Amino acid sequence: MLTSGSDTIKELTVEELRAKVGTGMTIEDAEEHMLLSMGPQHPSTHGVLRLLLELDGENIVNLAPDIGFLHTGVEKTMESKTYTKALVMTDRLDYLSPMSNNLGYVLAVEKLLGVEVTPRAQVIRVILSELARISSHLVWLATHALDLAAMSVFLYCFREREYILDVFEMVAGQRMMVSYFRPGGLWRDVPEEFEPAVRQFLDFFPAKIADYEALLKNNPIWLQRTKDVGYISADDAVSWGLTGPSLRGSGVDWDIRKAQPYLGYDKYEFDVPLETDGDVYARYRCRMREFWESLRIIRQALDKLPSGPVNISDRKIVPPPRSELGHSMEAVIHHFKLWTEGFKAPTGYVYNSVESPRGEFGCYIRGDGSPNPARVHFRTPSYVNLASLPQMGKGVFVADLVAIIGSVDIVLGEIDR
Amino acid sequence: MTPGQIALRALIVGFIIAFAVITGFAYTTLLERKLLARLQARIGPNRAGYIPIPRRGGGKERKLLAGFMQPAADAVKLFFKEDPQPTMVDSWVYNLAPMLAVIPAVVILAVIPWAGKINIFGAVFEPYFAIAPGLNVAVMFFLAITSIGVYGVALAGWASNSKYAVLGGIRASAQMISYELALGMSVLVPIMIADSMDLGVIVEAQRGGWFIFLQPLAAFVFFVGALAELQRAPFDLLEAEQELSAGYTVEYAGMRFGMFFLAEYMKMISFSALTAVFFLGGYRGPFVDQVPALGFVYIILKIFILLCVMIWVRASLPRLRYDQLMSFGWKVLLPISVLNFLLTAIFIVLAQEGFLF
Repeated sequence: MLTSGSDTIKELTVEELRAKVGTGMTIEDAEEHMLLSMGPQHPSTHGVLRLLLELDGENIVNLAPDIGFLHTGVEKTMESKTYTKALVMTDRLDYLSPMSNNLGYVLAVEKLLGVEVTPRAQVIRVILSELARISSHLVWLATHALDLAAMSVFLYCFREREYILDVFEMVAGQRMMVSYFRPGGLWRDVPEEFEPAVRQFLDFFPAKIADYEALLKNNPIWLQRTKDVGYISADDAVSWGLTGPSLRGSGVDWDIRKAQPYLGYDKYEFDVPLETDGDVYARYRCRMREFWESLRIIRQALDKLPSGPVNISDRKIVPPPRSELGHSMEAVIHHFKLWTEGFKAPTGYVYNSVESPRGEFGCYIRGDGSPNPARVHFRTPSYVNLASLPQMGKGVFVADLVAIIGSVDIVLGEIDR
Repeated sequence: MTPGQIALRALIVGFIIAFAVITGFAYTTLLERKLLARLQARIGPNRAGYIPIPRRGGGKERKLLAGFMQPAADAVKLFFKEDPQPTMVDSWVYNLAPMLAVIPAVVILAVIPWAGKINIFGAVFEPYFAIAPGLNVAVMFFLAITSIGVYGVALAGWASNSKYAVLGGIRASAQMISYELALGMSVLVPIMIADSMDLGVIVEAQRGGWFIFLQPLAAFVFFVGALAELQRAPFDLLEAEQELSAGYTVEYAGMRFGMFFLAEYMKMISFSALTAVFFLGGYRGPFVDQVPALGFVYIILKIFILLCVMIWVRASLPRLRYDQLMSFGWKVLLPISVLNFLLTAIFIVLAQEGFLF
C-alpha cells in the first residue's frame, strides 16, 4: 500500500496482475512462471509503453501491452481551439512525422470546408510528407537496429535525419513541431534554397541507404534475429487492422496513396513494396524499399513543381498577406477576424485518412457551425498496430519481443494521445 | 634465489603490473569510447583535460588529446556516487559479487609473460618477465581462474533481488560455461605444438612463425570464445541493455558497478594478452633477442590491436539471441575446435613417428 496525501494507491495483487495479463491462471498452476513488468521505463519499449510479461524462463507465455502513460488529452484540447490553432496539437501525436499528421488533419478540415488547395501547395505537401516518411523511417531503422544492438546504424541514421530536419527548419522555422500545412494551403511558400537542398538530399541519400544495407541486409546475425520472428499471416494482419508497412510485410497490398489517392498521388509513378513472409525481416525489407519509392516520388514532384500561389484566395479561410494590411481595410478586418475568432466550418462530419509512415492515419472531425471543432478523433496507426503485439509475441523470447516491437514501429505519442 | 626472494620479486613485479593494467583499464574505456565514436560519426568525450596549443595569430587554441582525463573524471564520479542498496537483497552476497568479479580478472595477469629474459637494473628476470615466471601449469591456471569469473556475475544477478538481474545472471552462467569448452579446446592446440603449458615456452615456440598462421581456425575459435567469455558484443546478452535494461548490474551503483566494469575491461586486456601469447607470438618481434625490452612494446602493441578489433566488432554486429548463442557455441564452435584439435594431434603424432617429411 502506498499512501500519498489523502489518496490511497493500492498495489495490484499477483492475481489482479494475472487477470490483467489475461491468462486466467491461478497461482497454483503458474508456480513456475515469472511475471515481469517491462516498462514504462525501459530502453526498448520506444517510449512509455508498459508490457506485462508472463515468462517461462525466457519464453513469453503471455503478454499484455499497458498503455496510457503519455496521455495528454490531445483530442479533447482540440475542441477548445479554433480549427487553425488546433493544428499545433497534431504535431505532438506522432512526433517523428509531424508533417503527416498535419496533412491528415488539414485534409479533413479542407474536406469539411469543401475547398481544394492550389497545385503548388499540393506538390509541396507531397514532397514534405515524403521527406517526413523518410525521416520517420530513418528513426525506425535507427531504433530497430539499436534494439538488436547494431549500434552504429543508429547514429548513421540520425546523421541523415538531421539533414531532413534542417530542410523542415528551412521551410517551417521548426525542426520537429512544424505546423506547416495549414487549412487552405501552407504557412508560407518554401524559400528559394528549398529545391536545391532537396535535390542535394536526393543525390547523396542513395549511397547512405547502401551503407545501411551493407551493415544489415545480409548480416547473418541480423538475419537470424529477424527471420521467422514475429510472424503474422495476411488474414490475421487484416483482422487485427494492421496498416502501413506492418501490413504490407504480410503481403497485403493496401496503401492509402494508391487505394484512395489524395494530393494527386495517382499522378505519380511509384510502387508499393510488398513482402510476403510476414516476419520481422519482411517488415524491415518493406520499409527499406519504401525509402526508394519515396525518393522516386520526391524526384517526380520536384520536376513538376508548378509556380503560383500556395494558398487559396478565399479570405474567409486564409488570412491575407501582410503586405495588404497597410492599404486595405477589408484585409485588416479579415486578418482580425481570422486570428481572433477563426473561420467557421459547416455543420457535419468528415473522415479522411492519409498514409502516414506507420499506416493509415485517419482524422474524424465533426463541425457544428462554430469556429471550433465539436469533436476530433484520430485513428492512429500505432495504436491499432500495437494491439496485434500479443498475437505476434506469444511464445517468443524476450529478445525477440524487442525485435517485434521495433518492427511494428510504434510511437507512444499517437497511441496515448 | 631463495623462496623469500622469489616471493618479494613477485610482489614487486605484481604491484607494477597490476598498477599498469589498472591504468590501462582506465584508458581502455577511453579508447573504446573514442574509437567507437569515430566509427559511428561522433566525436566522443573531449571535455575533460587537454593540452592547449596556442595558434599563431591569436586564433582559437588547438586542443591536443582532448578528453584524456575522462577516465579520472569517471572514476571520481563513480567513487562519490551514492551507493544505494535495494531492499531485500542478500546483503553479504550482494557485496561479495563485485569482488568475485574483479579478483579473477586481476589474478589472470600473474602468468602472462610481458618480455623475455631481461636484466633491469641488475635484477635478472628469467626465464621471462612475469609475476609468476616459469609456471608449468600456466594454461590450466588461466582456465581455472576464468571459470571463477562467472560466480561474480551469477551471484550478482541472484543477490540483487531483481528479475532483470536474475535473467542476466542465468544467461551469464550458461553462456560462460558453454564457451569455456570451445576456449579450452582451442587452447590445447598451441599447447600441443609447443609441447608445454608454460606460456613462456609457448611464446618461444613461435620463433619460427606465429601460431595464427599455423592454426588460424584455433585462433578464430579462441578469439570468439574470448569475446563470449568477456561478455563483449555480439555476445553481451547478460547485460543486454535493450532487453534486460542492464542485466546483472541493474541494481548496482557507484563503485560497486564500477568494479564490474573494471573486471570486464581488465579481462579484455588479459584476454588480448593471452591471444597474443597463444597465437601472435606474445612479446616476440624483430630484434627482440638483441633488445629484450622491446618485448614490452611488442606485446602492448598486440594488445592494443586486439582491443581495437574487439571495439570494431562491437560497432558492427548486432547481438545474438540466447538460444542462437547456445547453438552457436555447442553446434558450431565446439565441433570445429574438437575436430581441429584431433586433426592437429594426429598430424603431430604422424610427424613424430616420421610418417611425414
